Amino acid sequence: MKRIRYGRIAALVAASAIALTACGSDPVESGGDNGGNGGNGGGSEESLSGDLAGAGASSQEAAMQAWIAGFGSENPDATVTYDPIGSGGGRTQFGEGAVAFAGSDSVMDDEERAAAQERCGGTDAIHLPLYISPIAVIYNLEGVEGLQLSPATLAGIFNRQITNWDDPAIKADNPDATLPNKRIIPVNRSDESGTTENFTEYLAATAGEAWPHEPSGDWPLQGGQSGAQTAGLVQTVKGGDGTIGYADASQASDLGVAKIKVGESYVEYSAEAAAKVVDESPRAEGVPEGDLAIDLQRDTTAEGTYPIVLVSYLIVCKSYEDAAEGDLVKGFVSYVASEEGQAAAEQAAGSAPISATLRGDVEAAVESITVGS
Amino acid sequence: MTTTGDPAAKPARPGKQRAPQRPGDLIFSISAKAAGVLILVILAAVALFLIVQAWPAIQLDSAELAEEVHWIGEAQSLLDYVGPLVFGTILAALIALIIATPIAIGVALFISHYAPRRLATSFAYVIDLLAAIPSVVYGLWGGLWLMPKLYPVFDWLATNLGFIPIFEGPAADPPRTILTAGIVLAVMILPIITAVSREVFLQTPTLHEEAALALGATRWEMIRMTVLPFARSGVISAAMLGLGRALGETMAVAMVLSPGLLYSFLILRPGQQQNIAANIALKFPESSGVGINVLIFTGLVLFVITLVVNMLARWIVSRRAEFSGAN
Repeated sequence: MKRIRYGRIAALVAASAIALTACGSDPVESGGDNGGNGGNGGGSEESLSGDLAGAGASSQEAAMQAWIAGFGSENPDATVTYDPIGSGGGRTQFGEGAVAFAGSDSVMDDEERAAAQERCGGTDAIHLPLYISPIAVIYNLEGVEGLQLSPATLAGIFNRQITNWDDPAIKADNPDATLPNKRIIPVNRSDESGTTENFTEYLAATAGEAWPHEPSGDWPLQGGQSGAQTAGLVQTVKGGDGTIGYADASQASDLGVAKIKVGESYVEYSAEAAAKVVDESPRAEGVPEGDLAIDLQRDTTAEGTYPIVLVSYLIVCKSYEDAAEGDLVKGFVSYVASEEGQAAAEQAAGSAPISATLRGDVEAAVESITVGS
Repeated sequence: MTTTGDPAAKPARPGKQRAPQRPGDLIFSISAKAAGVLILVILAAVALFLIVQAWPAIQLDSAELAEEVHWIGEAQSLLDYVGPLVFGTILAALIALIIATPIAIGVALFISHYAPRRLATSFAYVIDLLAAIPSVVYGLWGGLWLMPKLYPVFDWLATNLGFIPIFEGPAADPPRTILTAGIVLAVMILPIITAVSREVFLQTPTLHEEAALALGATRWEMIRMTVLPFARSGVISAAMLGLGRALGETMAVAMVLSPGLLYSFLILRPGQQQNIAANIALKFPESSGVGINVLIFTGLVLFVITLVVNMLARWIVSRRAEFSGAN
């Protein structure tokens, strides 16, 4: 098994090396090719070849594997690799020019933007929100279905101020449910995670005084139940009675999933509602043209949006000097943004596919990437 | 059992002077020597690696440390961070030892002195098999099978013995506590303590045993008068070997414990303690820069603790040797 895989990788490397040499030997003609590729929207007809390296957020890892596999089957001569070293590491490597694109859960700061600009030959780097992962509030409480929670109640539970399921605050959110007199066992992630960071960001943005902690990837409180990784957390929630936790929505399995109060109504998690909050949120301010970084409105009141989401970006240059690299980036990002790519990620990682509106914006941004100079 | 060095050393000396040397002798002695040196080199390399890699964290003062590593609080020194981890590591290992040692001695005595010969052999084999199970599997077993069964017990302890400080409730549900981790660890270190104890029990001089029986001792009295005194040092070193394994256990602990960084003796509450190895496994994937150096420093501390425990075991064994029934 292993030997076969090594053989395949070796073959790919060899093939791409040959392809690259071919490109290098005749720059004029390859330049002509690039124009053609850009014209037909990322080379879906002509297959691309070469090596493309990316690095960054581990949250995208599962989706990225699906994208790499899907892109690879369309372009058998192209090899994409992704090193899930974490968002910060990915942005650093991108700035240093070690990788052609980065995956990141957060937007670059000014320093990183400057490094990226240098790396992109004077042009800016842009953020493309291509991975939306909804976070579900899961609970295990016998006899209670369709639990409804307002942000303040949710924060009170996770801040351990609300300790019993028949607390008046929970009753107020669930006028029709019969809530048992049972202690609440909040469960958090024991390892540092983007899920925790986004969940605490949501609480900090919406719950006001009920959530006095700073958003962070590490859970701010000590002395509670916790589980390592999503699987450990889900298992802990399952293992107790009266437990409540938060996890990637795809992993909620057969546990109860709470509806979250947005505006005046309680919204059940769905892929559409998660994608909608990204559409409803305005673009981040002060970003270069074509940059699709968003200022996620966690406290949105728009109908039918689900605000507890993790949004992860692909960071790419607006211009690539190396034509082969640029074409590959354009081809790969186009695939990731395509319906097919988003469906592959949904299946592999349980992410929410981006909306058609956002897809249009991403396609326009990819189109504007210039290749070869 | 524990002093394997001596008998080998004696015949080697005269051999150097006059025994005829064949190529095989030379090759074997060189390869044996090389293997012996290699293990020392590896040990030294590991120690060196730990020190070199931990150094960037050691030389920072606490303010710099808090800035570089976000999970270290302000005004918290490196030792402040490691302290609770050391506490948790030792607590979990001690719980395991307290549970496992009596059971292991019982099992070993059963195999060596009570069970019929044929049963004893296959029984010993089954016990040894426990040692071959990977710790991830123990973690799964502890998390999925054992925990639901432990909760009623823990709940009972918390309700009825809650006045004893360590059993203060309410008991965690699911019971992801240091006591569960200790129980899983106890099962994991059972085979090694049993195997070593069994070998030591079997080495009791038959003449001693027969003399005791001839004086009218029952089997239990015979064991108490001859086997146990003779084996005492061996059992202690067996327990220390088990302790060494329990100290360094990673996956099983990471999978059954809700971690926390407190100096807490509450063994029925979640999120109180954490052990060093599990903490490294948990924190490493998302760490970078000095964070990794801090984790490696905790590894260095664990290395030192294990070294001290082993040296302590040696010391106890050598001190007890003269009092044991062996002489």
